[in-house]
Amino acid sequence: MSIFILMLSLLVIGLAGFFLCRARALASVGGNARKLHSLPGYHGWHGAIMGVLPGLLVLTLWAIAQPLVIEQQLSGFFPAETMENDSQRILLMADVRRVAAGLDTAVATGSLSADEAISIRTEFGSIRDRLAGVGVALGAEVTPQVLQAAQKYRQLVATGALWRTVLTLIVAGGAFLYALSITTGEFRARNRVEKVMLGMLMLASTIAILTTVGIVFSMLSETLRFAKMYPIADFFFGLTWQPNFQGNSQLGLLPLLWGTLYISLISMIVAVPTGLFTAIYLAEYASPRARAIIKPLIEVIAGIPTVVFGLFALVTVGPLLRDWIAEPTGLGSSGSSVMTAGIVIGILNIPFISSLADDIINAVPQSMRDGSYGLGATKSETVRQVVIPAALPGIVGAVLLAASRAIGETMIVTMGAGAAARLGLNPFEAMTTITVKIVSQLTGDTEFNSPETLVAFALGMTLFVITLGLNIFALYIVRKYREQYE
Amino acid sequence: MTDATHNGAPRKRHGSLMQQDALTRRRNAAESRFKLYGIAAISFSLLTLAFMLVTIFSDGVSAFRQASITFPVTLDAAKLDPKGQTNRDDMMKVTTIGYTSLLNKALVDYLDQQGISTEGVSDKQIAEFISRDTPAQLRNQVIADPTMLGQTISFSGFSTGRIDGYFKGRVTRETAQVDTNISVAQLDLADRLREAGILSVAFNWRFLTNPDASDQRPEAAGLGIAIIGSAYMMLLVAVFVLPIGVAASIYLEEFAPKNFLTDIIEVNISILAAVPSIVYGILGLAIFINFAKVPQSSPLVGALVLTLMTLPTIIIATRAALRAVPPSVRDAALGIGASKMQMVFHHVLPLAAPGVLTGTILGLASALGETAPLLLIGMVAFVANYPAGPFDGGMLDPASALPVQVYSWASRSDPAFIERSNGAIIVLLAFLMVMNIIAIVLRRRFERRW
Repeated sequence: MSIFILMLSLLVIGLAGFFLCRARALASVGGNARKLHSLPGYHGWHGAIMGVLPGLLVLTLWAIAQPLVIEQQLSGFFPAETMENDSQRILLMADVRRVAAGLDTAVATGSLSADEAISIRTEFGSIRDRLAGVGVALGAEVTPQVLQAAQKYRQLVATGALWRTVLTLIVAGGAFLYALSITTGEFRARNRVEKVMLGMLMLASTIAILTTVGIVFSMLSETLRFAKMYPIADFFFGLTWQPNFQGNSQLGLLPLLWGTLYISLISMIVAVPTGLFTAIYLAEYASPRARAIIKPLIEVIAGIPTVVFGLFALVTVGPLLRDWIAEPTGLGSSGSSVMTAGIVIGILNIPFISSLADDIINAVPQSMRDGSYGLGATKSETVRQVVIPAALPGIVGAVLLAASRAIGETMIVTMGAGAAARLGLNPFEAMTTITVKIVSQLTGDTEFNSPETLVAFALGMTLFVITLGLNIFALYIVRKYREQYE
Repeated sequence: MTDATHNGAPRKRHGSLMQQDALTRRRNAAESRFKLYGIAAISFSLLTLAFMLVTIFSDGVSAFRQASITFPVTLDAAKLDPKGQTNRDDMMKVTTIGYTSLLNKALVDYLDQQGISTEGVSDKQIAEFISRDTPAQLRNQVIADPTMLGQTISFSGFSTGRIDGYFKGRVTRETAQVDTNISVAQLDLADRLREAGILSVAFNWRFLTNPDASDQRPEAAGLGIAIIGSAYMMLLVAVFVLPIGVAASIYLEEFAPKNFLTDIIEVNISILAAVPSIVYGILGLAIFINFAKVPQSSPLVGALVLTLMTLPTIIIATRAALRAVPPSVRDAALGIGASKMQMVFHHVLPLAAPGVLTGTILGLASALGETAPLLLIGMVAFVANYPAGPFDGGMLDPASALPVQVYSWASRSDPAFIERSNGAIIVLLAFLMVMNIIAIVLRRRFERRW
């Protein structure tokens, strides 16, 4: 029975559970719902949950366990040393699965009978050709071991599917009968249903943790593999970035880190003053009407996808800077440059800084401004000497968050900064960043066994640590130096 | 008691209020300068925004219009169906090359017949007027309907990207002189053809429905697969993120005890909201594709990555909406005997629903525009076949996505693709605008102030 039909039958059991338990609860009190402990609906839900949940649990566990068990069983077909080598084992198992799937297709299309699929041997002719005839392409000729393993695999999967069905249905049916048997008027169905609901709510909230664990785990394990293939000190302190897919690459982080920081610095030079002055004007000077119009307009910038800014950098800003500044001054001849990417990221970050700073400035109590005005200060003096110092921790936090966004920004630098890893000071030259190299090392190629691809995970880890550090530092500053006005 | 102060030194003489002294003037100048900085900052942002949108629209609107060429073609049965039995398999053997030569000859003959001067333009160059996409199109038509054989039909197909660009101003006589792909004489001919009504520029629906096309045929490239891919992903993201996000927020806001574990979850969520999006791409590649074996470039894997990415945003928005429901509502519900679960699901959640929905739509809008993580999970691959229907396994077929299409077109060499890229942005921005308007309307319509 396929998993889909199995799920469907679970659903049917659940539906039956809902109506039967509800009816039984009502019948047990002679149809007078007021004598029930829980509302009839809760009795129904209890039945439904008992009908579906245990069966689903069995199904999930089975789905996780079956491949492991099968792999264990198949290891006898191959020499022990190949099974110990991780990447070889994975490749072999993939081969076995592909051949097994090919046999399945061949049986389904009728070019092999079910018996033939079990008894066929490599000695009888080329399996590859026969499978190619039914549209299953295999890379290399099938070895006898792989074929036997594939046949064993098919057999194991078939028995597995049978037992899976039987076990799931027995557990689901048993739980359903149990639910039916304990349903009486006094049965506390609501409490039990609510317990299950609470469990589900808790489960949902742990997904956030699982995501973080997934991020750290996936990057850490691949980074460790990278560290085995490439000296990690050379990665962190190397001055050249020269990946070479034939091997012998130089994968130094520093040029990328420098590009990242340089571009972020320029973006902050654009974004911080503009964002701050925008926020100050909106909070202190603008009339409510002007504010109601300008603020959403500025925030439109934040809603535009970064790839749009990337195209803007590539097609408009880059050539503009090149033709008007870089070429006349002889500083460079490339459209994609640190300046291009930095300015465009800066523009992207303006609304981010301005809306955060706006909230913070608005949180400074009016009495402080009034005190300052009362002493004869002008509005700008008040802002500079009273409001900004009071809001400083929040503003610094906002700036740090913006910096972390600039460092992690990908599309604008991919399209606007160039791909040449370079350590230099000229902002009109193309440079590259950590994010650009993650994209270029991982796009297309997914065989993770060379340092050239695995380095992307080390780069990702570096990026993650840097942005995480900045974020935590920002939170720390805000918490530590926040003035409490109440 | 403060009389003494009056007896002190005589007050320094001040000027008239009407006449500002130097210090006041300086202070006032600083004041207006400061205000000016603010106005300058705002104008800079808004002007850049306007500039960006104007360049995108002026470059992109033309992607929706396309030059096509219309001329009669006699479908020579002897060439297209050499065996003459209208057998499908036999007809399949005639490749597009056969159709190409047929079309080329038909166009050259037709121009002769119409008496349009083809001075300075060789037959081969005339043939270059027809897009390389059209022979395949004609072939599909003929194979689908063999009765067309032997008839003369009026065939209409795209002209090549360079001719199209000439009518849109992308290709000019000056650029044609240095471009090896087109000559000035060809442009002259294009003008004459347009006068004769053979070439015409019209609204191009196929930009929205066609699949992507190769480097050689920018005129045939369309957004069909990208729109389907993005729609599938948004559908899945909504299905995944709404229940999980709402459940997690309810737990954290209403049930969670204050303990170490919930503290970790809280910090975690705020950290996840600030993780660069590309890191989610790496996660998707390592966990979903390499470990869980979800097919690469499929909408499902894209949706999983985007779900994890938008989850923190949605949780933060939902929690704010739940917090906005006043405690009196909770107290009243508990007071008349509702259980805590009933209180949340019967009273608090319905009251917070508009806020939750608004937050979800805005989260989906940001997911729709996200590009970087999708590059890593293979959505940038060239996809020529439409994915199947959403319930026929289409979620596992390779597809593209709108923002990724913008990127992949922008990285091609032919400038015609830049126009397409801008056109794709217009479509993307249109979708985003609709989503944002829905969110604003929802908020205006249902928002309650307590």
